[in-house]
Amino acid sequence: MKFADEFRDPAKADALVKDIARLARQIPATKQRPLNIMEVCGGHTHSIFRYGIEAMLPKEIELVHGPGCPVCVLPMGRIDDCIAIAELREVIFTTFGDAMRVPGSKKSLLQAKADGCDIRMVYSPMDALALARNNPDREVVFFAIGFETTMPSTALTVLAAEREGVRNFSLFCNHITIVPTIKAILDSPGLLIDGFLGPGHVSMVTGLLPYRFIADYYRRPVVVAGFEPLDILQSLQMVLKQIAHGRCEVENQYRRVVPDDGNDSALAAVGRVYELREFFEWRGLGSIDHSGVRMRGNYARFDAERKFAVPNVRIADPKSCQCGEVLKGAIKPWQCKVFGTACTPETPLGALMVSSEGACAAYYQYGGVRGPKCSTEAAA
Amino acid sequence: MNLAAVPKRKLAEVHVPAVTLAHGGGGKAMKDLIEDVFVRAFDNPLLSPLEDQARVPLHLLASHGDRLAFTTDSYVVDPLVFPGGDIGKLAVCGTINDLAVGGAVPLFLSCAAIIEEGVEIALLRQIARSMAQAANAAGVAFVTGDTKVVHRGACDRVFLNTTGIGVIRAGVLLGADRARPGDAVLVNGTLGDHGAAILVARGDLALEAEIESDCAALHELISALLAAAPGTRFIRDATRGGVATVLNETAMASGVSIEIEEARTPIREDVRGVAEILGLDPLYFANEGRIVVVVPPDEEGAALAALKSHPLGERARTIGRIENGEPGRVIMRTRFGGSRIVDMLVGEQLPRIC
Repeated sequence: MKFADEFRDPAKADALVKDIARLARQIPATKQRPLNIMEVCGGHTHSIFRYGIEAMLPKEIELVHGPGCPVCVLPMGRIDDCIAIAELREVIFTTFGDAMRVPGSKKSLLQAKADGCDIRMVYSPMDALALARNNPDREVVFFAIGFETTMPSTALTVLAAEREGVRNFSLFCNHITIVPTIKAILDSPGLLIDGFLGPGHVSMVTGLLPYRFIADYYRRPVVVAGFEPLDILQSLQMVLKQIAHGRCEVENQYRRVVPDDGNDSALAAVGRVYELREFFEWRGLGSIDHSGVRMRGNYARFDAERKFAVPNVRIADPKSCQCGEVLKGAIKPWQCKVFGTACTPETPLGALMVSSEGACAAYYQYGGVRGPKCSTEAAA
Repeated sequence: MNLAAVPKRKLAEVHVPAVTLAHGGGGKAMKDLIEDVFVRAFDNPLLSPLEDQARVPLHLLASHGDRLAFTTDSYVVDPLVFPGGDIGKLAVCGTINDLAVGGAVPLFLSCAAIIEEGVEIALLRQIARSMAQAANAAGVAFVTGDTKVVHRGACDRVFLNTTGIGVIRAGVLLGADRARPGDAVLVNGTLGDHGAAILVARGDLALEAEIESDCAALHELISALLAAAPGTRFIRDATRGGVATVLNETAMASGVSIEIEEARTPIREDVRGVAEILGLDPLYFANEGRIVVVVPPDEEGAALAALKSHPLGERARTIGRIENGEPGRVIMRTRFGGSRIVDMLVGEQLPRIC
């Protein structure tokens, strides 16, 4: 397949892995402990497992799977809110497929659909707007989730609805922003992260500037990475080069997609429709200041939170769940007390088991229930 | 099967453009619908008496083997017509394949149709013709059937059920529990074509690709395979859940592990493209004309040659081996040089969002 196979070349991978091992041995700190490198984005986590990248890396490198899967960090209460909206007779509730199986406190959207709610899976917010046009006597609500990656498309959909005078369309806005969360992780006590693979798709919108504080203030290298396996290996090599040479910079490995300055028109649409919330709750991480956005007052009529009586439920995460510690990189998924026993992809307790981009589901699906050993054996 | 020529008789006709609840009422309208649409297309001596049951002479069955094979499947595909087939062809080929993978000669089918009021009679005629065509080509006969009409919204246009009866050849013994370490795992062609064709045909993804469903009756291909490789352990059609699911079921039932090679797994470029764009794995895409075959190593060459010599197996390949690893485990060696576990699918395969 053109434009994909080139980034999956085993010979090039082998050369990169050898260089990564050479660099890792050069870094004195690896004599005491392995280097911890966090991939922030769930898309990277998925690729790392899909291509068996962890098993290819030398023992001096540990990958820590970060909080960048928007489905995973969605608190249960927000799913309950979705169901409360979907239960209204006039509502057609629309969502991306990933969110269908996320457990709420009583049920998931998939179960609510089976119970009779009109819940439909769409591939784009524009599909939801089309549904609104075709069903003028119904209220169409789109479940807007995701980081800066998906914000421009929902913002542009709202602007299109405004332009066309569509009155029966609204967003249930759950967009979140990654930078305050990276900062919260960097501030958590006893954290050992030596470098970051920055999110590729988010950066395509935001550019590199938002990550400067990680390099300048926290003195950690950041490399914005693509999603093909060679992208990930090359980005790891770039992080290691920075560490080996004592540099802390924000570098861009994913130049074929990410402009250093981001996408101005996308940012303009986002800025027009959304404003920062004081705080937003993340599953497993708790409330983080300025980590979510809501719709500006000008767009109140497209805001499901204002249009409908949303109960705004707050549900504590199940006590047995250790999603938070996994998200911060404090423990590995298989070290969680309920991993693979009470919590499996069939019956997820924690959100990290729900989406294929969640670290736990990825370990379970591609690494087996016994942790990474299994994939190492398989590769041997 | 050699059924005598059918004497022509006057069949009733439907004179309205679409099905109404009257066509399910048990009266004249229902008789008109059944005769015009289904009997006209399927007519044969076992069906034509239109009794409440087909009456099959046992000697007709016994001449083919020593065990009856009996299977049923329902078809609810959306859209009803897609590149490479329609719900009618699917309902015939799917049930024939379910018989054939057990080593049976498929002989008779039933057809039950659940029809939503408002469906055009012309569409029903088209579906019935397509069923008749597929059945005739495969040498099987529809010998009994049923129609029901339901209120608008109670089903989506047309649902079909076909039940199949076949006879298993004497001496043929196939089973998911018979795979042994060292056996070869074969497929008869490119994987995931049907699933990708349906995804594209639905049109809600705005993807353009000329992918045709692989929908086909495989009983002749399987006959040729079993003649060339009588030691064949197991055959399964890789329908819902795709090849990944069949491999997992085999590994579990036989208490073995299976290793497949991504580089040897035949997947069309455009199917890979569709899967890549949607973040899906074509190993889990449905097929309607593809089988997974497990053969002992000494018959691998003969099995592969037999498959390749048939038009429905031209692109047959060995994709992996049965191994002595952790029972129930399916592992894929990736093109990239890593390896990953190919697990059972949890629920529906949902696309990723970022």
